This record gives sequence, C-alpha cells and structure tokens, in this order.
Amino acid sequence: MNPAVRFRQVTKRFGDLTVLEQFDFEVAQGEIVTLIGASGSGKSTVLRILMTLEELQDGEVEIEGEPLWHERKGGRTVAASEQHLRRMRKKVGMVFQQFNLFPHMSVLRNITEAPIHVLQLPRAEAETRARELLRLVGLEEKADAFPEQLSGGQQQRVAIARALAMRPRVLLFDEPTSALDPEMVGEVLNVIRQVAGEHELTMILVTHEMNFAREISDRVCFFDQGRILEQGPPEQIFTAPREERTREFLRTVLPDSGRT
Amino acid sequence: MMFAQLLPPLLRGAEITAQITLASTLLGALFAFAAGIGKLSRHRALRWPAVGYIEVFRGTSLLVQLFWLFFALPIIGISLSPLSAGILGLSLNIGAYGAEVVRGALQATARGQREAARALNFTPRQTLWRILLPQALPEMMPPFGNLAVQNLKDSALVSLITLADLTYQAQNLRNITLQTVPILTATLLLYFAMALVLTAAMRWLERRVRYAAGHER
Ligand SMILES: Nc1ncnc2c1ncn2[C@@H]1O[C@H](COP(=O)(O)OP(=O)(O)O)[C@@H](O)[C@H]1O
Ligand SMILES: [Mg+2]
Repeated sequence: MNPAVRFRQVTKRFGDLTVLEQFDFEVAQGEIVTLIGASGSGKSTVLRILMTLEELQDGEVEIEGEPLWHERKGGRTVAASEQHLRRMRKKVGMVFQQFNLFPHMSVLRNITEAPIHVLQLPRAEAETRARELLRLVGLEEKADAFPEQLSGGQQQRVAIARALAMRPRVLLFDEPTSALDPEMVGEVLNVIRQVAGEHELTMILVTHEMNFAREISDRVCFFDQGRILEQGPPEQIFTAPREERTREFLRTVLPDSGRT
Repeated sequence: MMFAQLLPPLLRGAEITAQITLASTLLGALFAFAAGIGKLSRHRALRWPAVGYIEVFRGTSLLVQLFWLFFALPIIGISLSPLSAGILGLSLNIGAYGAEVVRGALQATARGQREAARALNFTPRQTLWRILLPQALPEMMPPFGNLAVQNLKDSALVSLITLADLTYQAQNLRNITLQTVPILTATLLLYFAMALVLTAAMRWLERRVRYAAGHER
C-alpha cells in the first residue's frame, strides 16, 4: 500500500530563508502523526504544502502514491496544472488555527457550500450529511446560527465538520486549539479524538497539547529548524527522548514535568 | 425677475443633473467591478487592460476626457449625443476610482478566507463570487457613497459639452438676468439637496447590502 503522504527531498524557501531542505517524511494510511517543535521550525509549512497553500522549490510530494505538485504529461514530469491540483486537493482537508469559517454563511451553509458546489452533491443529501456531522461535533442545534454567534470552541468544531464534509483521505490540523480560551480546548480535542476513532482517516496534527499528542498519536515527530530531529512512538518521545534538543523542548512545554 | 421665475429653469437643469448622475453612477459601478476584479486576475489578458483603464482615467482630467469623447471622437467617426458623452465620460471616470475601491476591499478580506476556500477546493471564480465578494461588498459601500457624491459634483462639467444640466441653466440664467447672487445661491442649495438625498440613498443601500450579505441579523 502506498503511504498516504510522502515528502521526498523537498526544499521550500521563502525568499532567502530556507525552511525545508531535502526534507523526507512519510505517513502511512490511517496513521495519526503529531508534529511538535518550537515555533518557526517548519511544521505549518509541511501542512501548507500538502494543502497546496505553499509551493515548493524542489523535490516531490506524493499523496497515496500520486505526485501532488507534478503530473506526468506525454512521458515527461511537469509542474502540476490547476486541474491536477484540484483533483489532488480532493484528498486533503485542513483545519486552521483561526477556524476561518465563512462569516456571511450560516453554520449549515458553511458545511454544505463546498459539497454542493465543488462535489456537486444534491442539496438535500449535502444537508443530511451536514446535520450528521454537526451531531458528531455536538452542535446539531446550531445549524442556523452564524459563526459570530458561536464561541471559539464551537467555531472550531464547525470547521472540523466542514472539513469532514468533503470526505478527505488526509486531514490536517494546524494548532487547532491554539486560538482558544483554555476552557474550550477540551471540547475541541474531544471532537478530534472522536473523529480519529470513527473515521478511517490519515491525520497529521500540529499541536502544543502534549498530553493530547501523547494519547492520540501513533507517532510523534519532533521538528527542529526544518528537520525531523527525532521521531517515534509517543511513549518513547515523551519518556525517553534521545536528543538533547528534544529534551530541552519538552522541558519548556511541560515545565512541571521533565518526564511525565 | 423674481425667485419664483428663476426656479423652474434651475429645476429643469437639476433634473438633468440627477439623471446623468444616477446613470453614470450605475454604469460606473459596472466599470468599477469589471476593472477592480480584472486587476486582481491571474490572467494578464484581463489584468493589463484593467490596469491601463484605471491609470488612464485616474491620471487625466475629467474635463479633457469629456472633451475627447464629445469633440475628438466624432472626428474619428463615432458621434455621441451630449447626453451619451456626458454619461459615458462620468462613468468611465468614476469607474476608475471605484475599481480601486473594489480591489482594495477584495484584497482586505482576510487571507484565511482565501485559504479556507482553497482547502475546500473551490475554483478561483467560486471563491470570488461565493466567499470574497459577499464579504467585501458591505465594505465597499461607504467609499462608493463618497464617490457617488463626488460624481454628482463632477457632473457640473458636462455643462461644457452643451448639456443643459443645473450648472448650464444657472450660467444661462445669469447671462440673461444678471441676478448672480440669487441664481448661484439657489444652485448651491440644489446641489446640496441632491447630495443629501444621494447620501441617504447610499446609506439605505449599504444597509440592504449588509443585510443581504448576512452581516446584520
Ligand atoms: N509566507 C511566508 N513568508 C516568509 N516566511 C515565512 C512564511 N511562512 C512561514 N515563514 C517562515 O518559515 C519558517 C517556518 O514557519 P512555519 O512553518 O510556520 O513554522 P511553525 O509552524 O513550525 O511555527 C519561519 O521562520 C517562518 O517565519
Ligand atoms: Mg505554525
């Protein structure tokens, strides 16, 4: 089986700043991987390349064995066309730190808009499915509310439902709880937990919630200056990190517990 | 000549002024959206003409634009009536300024909205019409209101291409009656009254747009 995601020798620069250099990374289908590491270490960039929000300068990215940023045309490999990107993008969904709900649409329309107009689902079907997803995230009664009437935690739960409505194969979470008041973090993590349990999804999460990462992940990757310095099962990373940089990072994010 | 006798010709002129202001503001809005959206296009074939139009019409005098449409264009074979030339000139001019309003409001919509639209695989066109414009439109309304009033005031220049608008009638009456103070005072007041009505109308429109775009519930 092809890996869900594969980065091969990927280089990503912003002007003079090289964020990823000959970066390799693989995620198996159905695997739940958490990316941890200091701010600026390149975690979001990895997700944003997968969501086609950032282009890369060199190397290859594959989703389920198919190149994302390239396609083969007449025996040659060329830069991906817009059609190719649209076809590949179907496989990927993303939940953003700032939720990014559409403020001018009701909760229900936030969830049905893309299934209706992008996937061409009949409206009735899209709405039935949207209500099921709202039930999954515990917000059935908010279908007709508008984003501004919801708390941050509720907005993020809607954003998760909206991403799931597109039936992605790979779901990306970029610090989904970092913009939330502390008392709302739990409800969002619960929903992610449930999604992980009920859907056959590959998930890649960037998070600073270390306990959550430890509990939910199949694998944890520690990012340091655009490289994965260390990776492994959560137990190993959190209790017996091999690298000094990893230990140092964990000390700063888990101040009361050198080894939890 | 008494005030009562001065008023009817001034009112006839005001009617023309109102008509051309209304027509050129509406047509100008069309130009504004076409050029403002065009300027943001990924396609050069759309972007360059939009930029060219905006720069030319913002960078030259409205009076010269009107003269060009009315006096120069017939010589190269296209004759416009004074009314057509006046409305076209005003709307092209106001459209160029409006285009910058449209562009600015679209660009000011949060980057996160564009990224969410991309993540949900909307086409660029769907993103524009379904996500960005509905959010940007209410933001455009106050500057559009200012432009509409600006347009009303600019419309006085059409008197110089023989259109019998309020300014034209005022000048005409002044030449006949020599009653400069009452005539020009009445003219000022008429322009001011029309500006008030226009401002109120634009406020109303802004509320409608906000409501339709789902911003006010
Ligand atoms: N659009 C951009 N333009 C310039 N630099 C950027 C841009 N996005 C990210 N960077 C830089 O790339 C580096 C990695 O960023 P990012 O992937 O967001 O890190 P992380 O998510 O781990 O905090 C940082 O140094 C950041 O400043
Ligand atoms: Mg980040």
